[in-house]
Amino acid sequence: MLAYIVRRVLYAIPILIGVNLITFALFFIVNTPDDMARMQLGAKRVTPEAIEKWKAERGYNLPLMWNEKAEGAGRITQTIFVQKSVRLFLLDFGYSEDKRDIASEIRTRMWPSLALAIPVFVLGLVVCVSFALLMAFFRATYLDFWGVVLCVAMMSISALFYIIGGQYLFSKVWHLVPISGYAGGLDAAKFVILPVLIGVVGGIGGSSRWYRTLFLEEIGKDYVRTARAKGLAESVVMFRHVLRNALIPILTGVVVVIPLLFLGSLLAESFFGIPGLGSYTIDAIQAQDFAVVRSMVFIGSVFYIVGLILTDISYTVVDPRIRFE
Amino acid sequence: MRALLLTVLLLGGCGEVWNDPYPATERGKNILYSVFSERPKHLDPAQSYATDESQFTMQVYEPPLQYHYLKRPYELIPGAALEVPQPKIVEKEGSTFSVYEIRVRPGIRFQPHPGFVEGNLSLEREKIEKLKTPYQLPLGTRELVADDYIYQIKRLAHPQLHVPIFGLMSEYIVGLKEYSAKLKKELKPGTWLDLRQHALAGVERVDAHTYRVTLKGRYPQFAYWLAMHFFSPMPWEAEKLFAQPGMAEKNFTIDWWPVGTGPFMLTENDPNSRMVLERNPNYRGVPYPSEGEPGDAKAGLLADAGKPMPFIDKAVYTREKEAIPLWNKFLQGYYDLSGIGSDNFDQAVRITAEGDAGLTPEMEARGIRMDTSIEPTVFYLGVNWLDPVIGGSSERARKLRQALAIAVDWEEYLSVFANGRGVPSHSPLAPGIFGYREGRAGMNPVTHEWKDGKAVRRPIEAARTLLAEAGFPDGRDQKTGQPLVLYLDTTSRGPGDKAFIDWWRKQFAKISVQFEPRQTDWNRFQEKLRKGSTQLFIVGWRADYPDPENFMFLLNGPQARAKGGGENASNYSNPEYDALFAKMRHMPNSPERQEVIDRMVEMFRRDAPWIGGFHRKTFGLYHSWLGNLKPNEMADNKLRYYRIDPAKREAARQEWNRPVLWPALLILLAIVAGTVPAIRSYRRRERMAARPAV
Repeated sequence: MLAYIVRRVLYAIPILIGVNLITFALFFIVNTPDDMARMQLGAKRVTPEAIEKWKAERGYNLPLMWNEKAEGAGRITQTIFVQKSVRLFLLDFGYSEDKRDIASEIRTRMWPSLALAIPVFVLGLVVCVSFALLMAFFRATYLDFWGVVLCVAMMSISALFYIIGGQYLFSKVWHLVPISGYAGGLDAAKFVILPVLIGVVGGIGGSSRWYRTLFLEEIGKDYVRTARAKGLAESVVMFRHVLRNALIPILTGVVVVIPLLFLGSLLAESFFGIPGLGSYTIDAIQAQDFAVVRSMVFIGSVFYIVGLILTDISYTVVDPRIRFE
Repeated sequence: MRALLLTVLLLGGCGEVWNDPYPATERGKNILYSVFSERPKHLDPAQSYATDESQFTMQVYEPPLQYHYLKRPYELIPGAALEVPQPKIVEKEGSTFSVYEIRVRPGIRFQPHPGFVEGNLSLEREKIEKLKTPYQLPLGTRELVADDYIYQIKRLAHPQLHVPIFGLMSEYIVGLKEYSAKLKKELKPGTWLDLRQHALAGVERVDAHTYRVTLKGRYPQFAYWLAMHFFSPMPWEAEKLFAQPGMAEKNFTIDWWPVGTGPFMLTENDPNSRMVLERNPNYRGVPYPSEGEPGDAKAGLLADAGKPMPFIDKAVYTREKEAIPLWNKFLQGYYDLSGIGSDNFDQAVRITAEGDAGLTPEMEARGIRMDTSIEPTVFYLGVNWLDPVIGGSSERARKLRQALAIAVDWEEYLSVFANGRGVPSHSPLAPGIFGYREGRAGMNPVTHEWKDGKAVRRPIEAARTLLAEAGFPDGRDQKTGQPLVLYLDTTSRGPGDKAFIDWWRKQFAKISVQFEPRQTDWNRFQEKLRKGSTQLFIVGWRADYPDPENFMFLLNGPQARAKGGGENASNYSNPEYDALFAKMRHMPNSPERQEVIDRMVEMFRRDAPWIGGFHRKTFGLYHSWLGNLKPNEMADNKLRYYRIDPAKREAARQEWNRPVLWPALLILLAIVAGTVPAIRSYRRRERMAARPAV
């Protein structure tokens, strides 16, 4: 297994370089270093000298990817791409364009993101699997039919609708929870109850319908018939046999997102005023803060690769027949 | 389940509000709650230049001068200075200099700050790494002296700072440009540059509480700059403290932890979530103004006359990026004041038959009050003077612009797109600025006529006549027969902007001119303005200070955007206008200055480098427990004047936010009701002998 993991980690290096290259290209197709300087310096009384100074201080006065004026390897290394990218691989994220330490920001902001994402993930998984099992259990009955209809309806509704509707009902009309905001420690609970509820409810439609399909596929297999023939109770059949065998495709989608929980939710964090990494990324995109965008995309890529490796490992846990080669 | 229901009922009956976003320990305290939407980029007085930053900086820093809170027109009064300095004009070696001698009020002390404790200026890195805020270090203070102001003026030339007004100030402050070049040479990477060791020719210390600033030529507007944070005092100790290795990695910099002598100090800085200002215990308690405009006393604005400020202990600013939560929290009493967005306008404001704006009954029932004020802004449809079709000083182009200026109905624009939050402009000057004329005298006769005591837009026939005289009868070039097509460069390009584009198309269609929007992003738009490659564009300006120079310079030829990157975005060029501007900018407010401004405005109307525009109107809402609130578009240090009645606020919050529990109970019952048949069905199935075929 170790050899497999090492190999996957080595594969990750060219992937990360590629992701970094694409991020760089996409960002600088839309923005030039001059645009970035103007965005940071504001619209009033900005002189060409101030722009040049801003660029020089941050290394944006270099050519993007090829330095004609340099010699030898400097033609590649004395460029914005290399200068900004190499440090990322050493996990040195540097400073945002407004001179805030990015690593420090990430350390601070990942906790609010996790406070929202972990409950949504865990509760969402439990609720969706339970609901899907219930529908599978009552398959071909009205409960199943209306359950599927509900799922289709719920997955057709925009996440924004859940957020605004939830804020309207629970906060504005019923006054049960704060409409937005955040506080550290245990005080966070009253602020995350609503976004967690909305996150879980918003995810029920799509996930439950998918899990139901998986369970129904398993239910029709011979080993399930054998289990029933043995006289096992339906609940035992569902939980001990069907659920366990349906776990592999569930794991494919679930384990890979675990590391990404750190990155937070772009939409929910903005609407609920949660100062997590999701809103950090959105702010950075709006402010054309390449240093932050680059760092967040890099971290996202690393976490995604880690998630994929974890998924592979988890296969061996739930299915002993799977071996790494 | 029964226990759960009981708990819910008990909690509901205990009278507590559940949706309070603030800690219970803050209830009933003398705290103001407000919002910020944009993450502040800079809190360093040398670098900050945004309104949403000055709501923090101007409570902490004290420039020498300030604006009177109540009097209109805006009046400069002493801040930390003893008096408003009058420039002394000196002629020396054929050059003119203005010398400002500023006397700082003795006895002012800085807020508690770690920079004033000597031991903190040489900290070990490990100790710094353990800090969560700089205020965990031992705190000290000292008296404000003239050297602190001098130090800050020197910082305006610091090579490592991005000072937006450096270019402007280096034209005036003697030696500032050379000083910057000198500092660049002296700067060593990773070390603190002690500006005290480097003299600046144009700034000198007279005594411990007096300093002198020498400007090249005459620049009466300099007094206004002395009321801005750029000229606030900066103690060298704070710079030295934050220059220590390890401080920047903790985000401990002057840019994020301001230090001043103002009534408040920033004690919590989380620009992602909340910023907290607390009363500066060393503040001297400046008395509330005892005079204002007629009507201020009746409005209760002089009830606190002479009482020491500030009146509140703390201000908590929460970041709200979305309008919906902000508005709802204001209605729930969790924010003390709010603006009005387009989405909430109809809920908050009703326009009477006379056109006056008033609050809706729902707002009035909550005791909410509203203030309006015209911002010192101008938004306009600019014409690129360099454009061969519509730009330039030819009679043909002038008549074409005048025709468009009549056709574009800004009154309708404000009604449709801004809920009437603005007034159409008849000149570059915003209302309230010296030189602005009210009524008939202030009407643009090219676009409007006076009827029934008000300015009414000229009929569209007048525009058509002008268009024909310009050589485009019925919107076609009379020589070639080709239709006249005009292009508007705009950043409005989303699906929601269709109504905006359609409206513009309709305005041009009134005189049969074809309209084509060239939709682009903000960066490209700015680039086009810089290159002078636009034809028509919409931009705006917010004045730095209430002087006509700060509006009229938007049309000054030497400041053309395409030539020198100046603020004259339309690249308007008229030597006569420029000569009058050069004269007007140095004149004191007087009938002679008014006369010069009138002539400039007349040229502006005739040449029409802007196809009209508007001045934005602000609508501010505030709750009945917030007092001493008067709109002041120039002063940013308003927090000190506000008064809160925390008991009244607490009572309102309790009344407005009683938890409504029956829906929660109903949901619980529905879940229970749905579970019972499922359980029964499950049990029935478990007892069945054989599975039904599926």
